[in-house]
Amino acid sequence: MYEWDFSVIPMNADLLIMGLYGTIKVFVSAFVIGFPSGLILALMRLSRFKIISIPIGLFIDFLRSTPALILLFWFFFAFPIIIGLMIQAFLAATLTLAIVAAAFYAEIFRAGINSIERGQWESASALGMTRLELLRRVILPQAIKRMIPAFLERTIELLKTTPLMAAVAYSDLLFQAMDIAQKTFRPLEVLTVVAGIYFMMIYPTSLGVRKLERKLAKSGESTVH
Amino acid sequence: MSAILSIKEMKKSFGSLDVLKGIDLEVKESETIVILGASGSGKSTMLRCINFLEMPTSGEIHLNDELVGTVRGKGENTNITYRESDLCSLRTKVGMVFQQFNLFPHMTVLENVMEGQVTVLKRKKIDASNRAKEQLGKVNLLDKIDQYPSHLSGGQQQRVAIARALAMDPKVMLFDEVTSALDPELVGEVLQTIRSLRDEGMTMLLVTHELGFAYHVADRILFLHEGQILEQGTPQDILFHSKQARTKEFLKGHAAFSLPNPETD
Ligand SMILES: Nc1ncnc2c1ncn2[C@@H]1O[C@H](COP(=O)(O)OP(=O)(O)OP(=O)(O)O)[C@@H](O)[C@H]1O
Ligand SMILES: [Mg+2]
Repeated sequence: MYEWDFSVIPMNADLLIMGLYGTIKVFVSAFVIGFPSGLILALMRLSRFKIISIPIGLFIDFLRSTPALILLFWFFFAFPIIIGLMIQAFLAATLTLAIVAAAFYAEIFRAGINSIERGQWESASALGMTRLELLRRVILPQAIKRMIPAFLERTIELLKTTPLMAAVAYSDLLFQAMDIAQKTFRPLEVLTVVAGIYFMMIYPTSLGVRKLERKLAKSGESTVH
Repeated sequence: MSAILSIKEMKKSFGSLDVLKGIDLEVKESETIVILGASGSGKSTMLRCINFLEMPTSGEIHLNDELVGTVRGKGENTNITYRESDLCSLRTKVGMVFQQFNLFPHMTVLENVMEGQVTVLKRKKIDASNRAKEQLGKVNLLDKIDQYPSHLSGGQQQRVAIARALAMDPKVMLFDEVTSALDPELVGEVLQTIRSLRDEGMTMLLVTHELGFAYHVADRILFLHEGQILEQGTPQDILFHSKQARTKEFLKGHAAFSLPNPETD
């Protein structure tokens, strides 16, 4: 019978907290860069000019169908060869997560924008609004409301991708956990606690999303799947 | 007096389908023109080309003697290009009301009517609000200014849409079957609104299937057939003394089930 001993956790709490901080730091940075970039990518993909919309479409599809880990290694090991500079693990991790998140957010933005009836575009144009004005004032405010559940889901996915960053020795929660596990020979306890921490961060959010989805579905606002 | 709106040789094709085959029209200031025609004859396309919601394939539009668009090239090789700014500035002068009211559902009635004024005309909020209230007063909706469109009846929504277009101080108004989506008992209030606009001297082009209304408000009726103006004239000319078989056939179809006159029966 295995004897559980959770005393290693309080003894190494400072390391775990450092890891948690690393996770949150890379998650927030990736979100802050990825979310607006997603909107920009979506607008470019919806551009009337094919020289913009087609390459951007390909770029988005490429990012969505490439494993994040490969992109991470690309930024961390391969890209530095081109620019002749080493890249910090944090920078590589942020770039990878941000760019992947941007691609996924872009698709949500695009679906939301496309879901707004043609009549809205036409009546806004008929008032003399430019394309940007009508997007900002008429289309996006309506679309974003419908997109909220999909955004939240995607943001949870983003958080769940962060442990991959341990692969380039970025000191996130998982990286610190593995470090503690090796030092203390207590991987079971450490990993159980780390799983618990993720669960506590994610589960309440998913519950909230589900509740919101039901509410929006009732008012006929949601366009999620 | 010269025309406020003049349309020259306007054509529109969708792929190989020629929908407008050369429309020529001079609209005088304060004139009310009703466009009749069978389904698919190109009525909506014609209105939509006038404010460039559809790009005409060729032709010219002049508003107040000014050509819409930017002329490029010299001599034989001139062509007109339409920049976004050309189109936006035209559209502020040519208002349009649609069959499906298309109010902005996330804005209150007042905000709907202020939106174009603030975003496009850059009016101050307070001025826009005053102008909006003035316009909403005219369509008898002052008590609804804080409501959202989904809480209004179709007739009320359509009157807000009219107020929204008018608040931009357009020179010309386009109405595309604005009563077709309404319950019969709500049609009257919208037609009243349009009639009082006419009495104030607004220049209007309207597509409608309400022949009685056309009779009472039109200065001129156009009959559109397969993308061309087949016939035009006063309501008397077109509705009672039409010279074209197509027009007569169209009118007969519309009159098939009208109420008999109780006096004569
Ligand atoms: N965006 C489009 N793409 C392709 N064809 C179109 C488009 N818009 C209109 N058409 C075609 O052009 C023709 C004229 O359409 P339009 O809507 O102008 O007719 P209408 O006279 O307004 O008819 P209705 O009384 O039914 O409204 C129709 O054959 C229609 O199918
Ligand atoms: Mg039509």
